[in-house]
Amino acid sequence: MLDRVTSSATIDNKMASAASTQPSAQFADITRNDDTLRRFLHGLPGVDQVGAEARAASLGTRSIKTTAKAWAIDLAIRMVDLTTLEGQDTPGKVRALSAKAMHPDPADSTCPATAAVCVYPDMVGVAKEVLGNSGVNVAAVATAFPSGRAALDIKLADTQDAVQAGADEVDMVIDRGAFLSGRYKQVYDEIVAVREACARPDGSSAHLKVIFETGELQTYDNVRRASWLAMMAGGHFIKTSTGKVQPAATLPVTLVMLEAVRDFREQTGVQIGVKPAGGIRTSKDAIKYLVMVNEIAGDDWLDPDWFRFGASTLLNDLLMQRTKLTTGVYSGPDYFTLD
Amino acid sequence: MAANKHSTSSTTQARFDYAPAPESRAIVDIKPSYGLFVGGEFVDGHGRSFKTISPSTEEVLAEIAEADEADVDNAVKVARRAFRTWGRMPGSERAKYLYRIARIIQERGREIAVLESIDNGKPIKETRDVDVPIAAAHFFYYAGWADKLAYAGYGTTPLGVAGQVIPWNFPLLMLAWKIAPALACGNTVVLKPAETTPLTALLFAEICQQADLPAGVVNIITGAGSTGQALVAHPDVDKVAFTGSTAVGRAIAKSVAGSHKKVTLELGGKAANIVFDDAPIDQAIEGIVNGIFFNQGHVCCAGSRLLVQESVADEVLARLKRRMATLRLGDPLDKNTDIGAINSAEQLDKIRELSDIGEAEGAGRWSPPCELPKHGFWFPPTVFTNVTQAHRIAREEIFGPVLSVLTFRTPAEAVEKANNTPYGLSAGVWTDKGSRILHMANKLKAGVVWANTFNKFDPTSPFGGYKESGYGREGGRHGLAAYLKGEDL
Repeated sequence: MLDRVTSSATIDNKMASAASTQPSAQFADITRNDDTLRRFLHGLPGVDQVGAEARAASLGTRSIKTTAKAWAIDLAIRMVDLTTLEGQDTPGKVRALSAKAMHPDPADSTCPATAAVCVYPDMVGVAKEVLGNSGVNVAAVATAFPSGRAALDIKLADTQDAVQAGADEVDMVIDRGAFLSGRYKQVYDEIVAVREACARPDGSSAHLKVIFETGELQTYDNVRRASWLAMMAGGHFIKTSTGKVQPAATLPVTLVMLEAVRDFREQTGVQIGVKPAGGIRTSKDAIKYLVMVNEIAGDDWLDPDWFRFGASTLLNDLLMQRTKLTTGVYSGPDYFTLD
Repeated sequence: MAANKHSTSSTTQARFDYAPAPESRAIVDIKPSYGLFVGGEFVDGHGRSFKTISPSTEEVLAEIAEADEADVDNAVKVARRAFRTWGRMPGSERAKYLYRIARIIQERGREIAVLESIDNGKPIKETRDVDVPIAAAHFFYYAGWADKLAYAGYGTTPLGVAGQVIPWNFPLLMLAWKIAPALACGNTVVLKPAETTPLTALLFAEICQQADLPAGVVNIITGAGSTGQALVAHPDVDKVAFTGSTAVGRAIAKSVAGSHKKVTLELGGKAANIVFDDAPIDQAIEGIVNGIFFNQGHVCCAGSRLLVQESVADEVLARLKRRMATLRLGDPLDKNTDIGAINSAEQLDKIRELSDIGEAEGAGRWSPPCELPKHGFWFPPTVFTNVTQAHRIAREEIFGPVLSVLTFRTPAEAVEKANNTPYGLSAGVWTDKGSRILHMANKLKAGVVWANTFNKFDPTSPFGGYKESGYGREGGRHGLAAYLKGEDL
């Protein structure tokens, strides 16, 4: 991500500034303590639940066909963080997944690679070995994922362990207990600390995605507040869910987060990415998300640097639809590799 | 507009260009010419014929018979004859026909939606998701009342023959609003659809045949103003129901004054959409857009005056403009079209004239960059800023995609400005504060007050105006009152 900057000069600058200066500096007054944070976060415009859900549903009725569909499917493949986060994961499975991430459709060399492979920290080395410099990143979930219930030093150690093993991206979870009980400063400080723990000895840094677990935050107002909190703390991406709690990613939750990153860039010039994760299984779903990205945040976000899908089964459906578009016929699931 | 490059970024990546996604026209069968639907069958009219065109292409769709006075008289006679059996039929039996009609509307929903888009110019997205489902819902709803009239509190005796004249903005939906309660109460109907949009009413005539509705219970006569005049003035009509402009409504009220006829009028509006500084801003923007750009602004209850609290005015306006730039204007049959064609050349002239006046009076005019199709009648979504109560665009109903933005400082000022209009059909209030919603709803002189939403319609909810927006209520239990003789003695 940071080392694979896009061609656009504007984006380069924005990314550079996001990397070099902690945006926290310009929010010093807001982030001083729980009270100042509370005043700011609760002063954000509210989200009307009915209206937000209606807007998401109406965007879901866009009809994406033919060339637009083909373009969207390839983009969606490039945005997939191919994920396996199971206790029963084996090095063999992670190797297979990594191979698939590089060549999702072995029968078609025009099929793009996914953005990343997302694994637990102990599997980072295995994935890295396969992926090498292929351009497919390794993302590691850290900070006592998925519950986040551990002491800060353990979360930081978890993060450092993943980064040392070669993780390009770290997906952290926020402390939902602290957030829901109003200890915003604690959540903020943790994100800042984890971001610092993402630093590598050479001065570069792993990219930080901040997971809210929106299924536990419950309200859209909370999602908007968590988004601003994470953006002010210097997260590079905001992410909906771990995939371990239902509901995981939904269109309206992602809508609220896309509005947040759009507004944040307008105020600060810093662009933040968005990653819905969990529950996105079909190409149709993925395309609905892309329409939403396009019409809410704008087409600057239509890039794997700025939007990701955290998913395990989505990729195969994208591949099936892709094959259908190019060959005109559906092939059965047996023609695509199991993850 | 989305049809053009609107992004301000300097990215070089390909944009997400939505490929055309047109709904197929193959499902509709438009005949070269249509007669009048009287006594359960299509008959030739005695008047001349006129053409109905597609406003998005100016293509001639069909020749339509124009009913003259003799045709109107015949239709009313046929309806009177049918009333003798229909009016005495048990409500539970009438309900069966209404349920059947409702189901056929659902079954033929795609066909109706496509035809409505072609004849009216409105986007298929709206005919498919709004017009057709709500029209069916009205028939279902009033079917349920047919055998329960005794519990509604307006008596159980029907009036007789209802003469109904409907507008072109929601052709089938307004037909449903008129016909469903009339039939449920045991009246028979002579209905005249608008001159520019007769096709779905004529399709509805086919649906009546398909439903085996007894002949003469529903009669559809087509024509222009003179046909409508002859209908409402006919001495054997017991009930006049009209939706349309205040000028025509006033003429109808005069023509029926002193007669036995019961009248309901649903006329113009100049609704205030009031945004307070504590509103859920992103949803308020959607509500503003939906309030004025839904159906090209051809909505009597459109939120054509945006009253926004000073402290958030700049932010709201900036967000509104950004949102307007994503609206997709074009082919009404494309499933991704948000804004379709203006219904007629005449209406387009009126919108242009009032917009030019707005500019001449000093208001700031803005539309997103927008390429209009070469054929057909089109007007870009437009917003006027620095509008005052004294501007004509803040007072007169434009009936197009044109929004006037005014500001206010205090809730009292918002109420004063909102009510300072001869109309009183609808209003919108946007605030996170529940108590303020209730306060505003009490103060606003409007038949419908929407809170944190706009342009929501449901058959269970009565709809109608204050002041020059008309009288009587349509929809809900209240809608029955217009078609019954009152408490049985």
